[in-house]
Amino acid sequence: MADAVEPQVGGEDEEFTTLGVLGDPVRRALYRFVAGRPGESGREAAAEAAGVSRSLAAFHLDKLVEAGLLEVSYRRLSGRSGPGAGRPAKLYRRAAGEHAVTVPPRSYGDAGRLLAEVVEQAGLDRELQCAAHAVGARAADSGAEADVLALLRERGYQPYADGEGAVRLHNCPFRALAEEFPALVCGMNLALVRGLLAGGGGAAAAPWSAEMDPAPGGCCVALHSKTNSD
Amino acid sequence: MTGYQLAQVNVGHIVAPLESPELADFVANLPEINALADGSPGFVWRMVDEGGADNTMLRPDSADRLLLLNCSVWESLAALRAYVYQSAHLRVLSRRREWFVRHVEAHQALWWVPAGHRPTVPEATARLALLRELGPTQRAFTFREPFPAPSGEPAPTA
Repeated sequence: MADAVEPQVGGEDEEFTTLGVLGDPVRRALYRFVAGRPGESGREAAAEAAGVSRSLAAFHLDKLVEAGLLEVSYRRLSGRSGPGAGRPAKLYRRAAGEHAVTVPPRSYGDAGRLLAEVVEQAGLDRELQCAAHAVGARAADSGAEADVLALLRERGYQPYADGEGAVRLHNCPFRALAEEFPALVCGMNLALVRGLLAGGGGAAAAPWSAEMDPAPGGCCVALHSKTNSD
Repeated sequence: MTGYQLAQVNVGHIVAPLESPELADFVANLPEINALADGSPGFVWRMVDEGGADNTMLRPDSADRLLLLNCSVWESLAALRAYVYQSAHLRVLSRRREWFVRHVEAHQALWWVPAGHRPTVPEATARLALLRELGPTQRAFTFREPFPAPSGEPAPTA
């Protein structure tokens, strides 16, 4: 009854079919735009981001919904209701499931789960955090990117400004493991992000400090401005 | 409302006495973390010692001065999970090995209580013992293997 763990969707053939939907470059652009930002996106914005017409965007967005990669909701953007308020807009957001397929078959997820289990049993949180910090720092040292946002983007965190002076991370790259081993994996993740900030001679960090500050659906870590702390 | 609420107990061996420098950060974090619990959606009650602020003066085992016990009641499993794993509580949780020795046996147990019931220390430690003895069952379970609240009206408190 591991109800918190993300569903591993479908078998191999189903995964190929789902991911095949992203073979089209327009769909890929639309998916990246919608899935990569918090909240919901309208057709207009997605069309503009992908550089296509609204009707073409609508067609491809619905294909992404059919494939289970995006989810849909209807809302009146104007905030009005009743007669004369117009039809509710169709809005798109990232679907909850994960999709992955490797050829030939690899089982890094299973290996990760097993390793996490043992590390947890052995109580090696601090050793793991130390290693994660070192990995982050090394990535910042060797990367061409000097900017921490670019480093985070590169690693799939999907950073965005929350409008209140903090940078939040829309995606947790370790989602399934983090739900199964939250203390262990979120601690590792925080250390990794702090490593990214500390590496490159600390140049990447600029005004940021990484803190545990979980937000629903995203990553447990947020970057707060050092100069503008509350 | 099912007529039931979720009780939780966890025990932990601190690595050094509470007054020691090793535990200073933990002690400093307690007021904020407890206030966060008190204000969390679905929070019902938590056990406090005679000091009234937290439960750190309580020793469930008089022979073991380093064993602490926490016990609380929540409206639902989801509410407890949100506090433990999806709030600023995660900040202290991810530092648990700085302050607490790793436990070989289960250190946390969950069970359903009739709404309004307040668990006692013997009751809580008995649930933990049940979990250790039998693994997760309806009477004492874990986050990873939860059991749904009993259906129907709760029986009188035993």
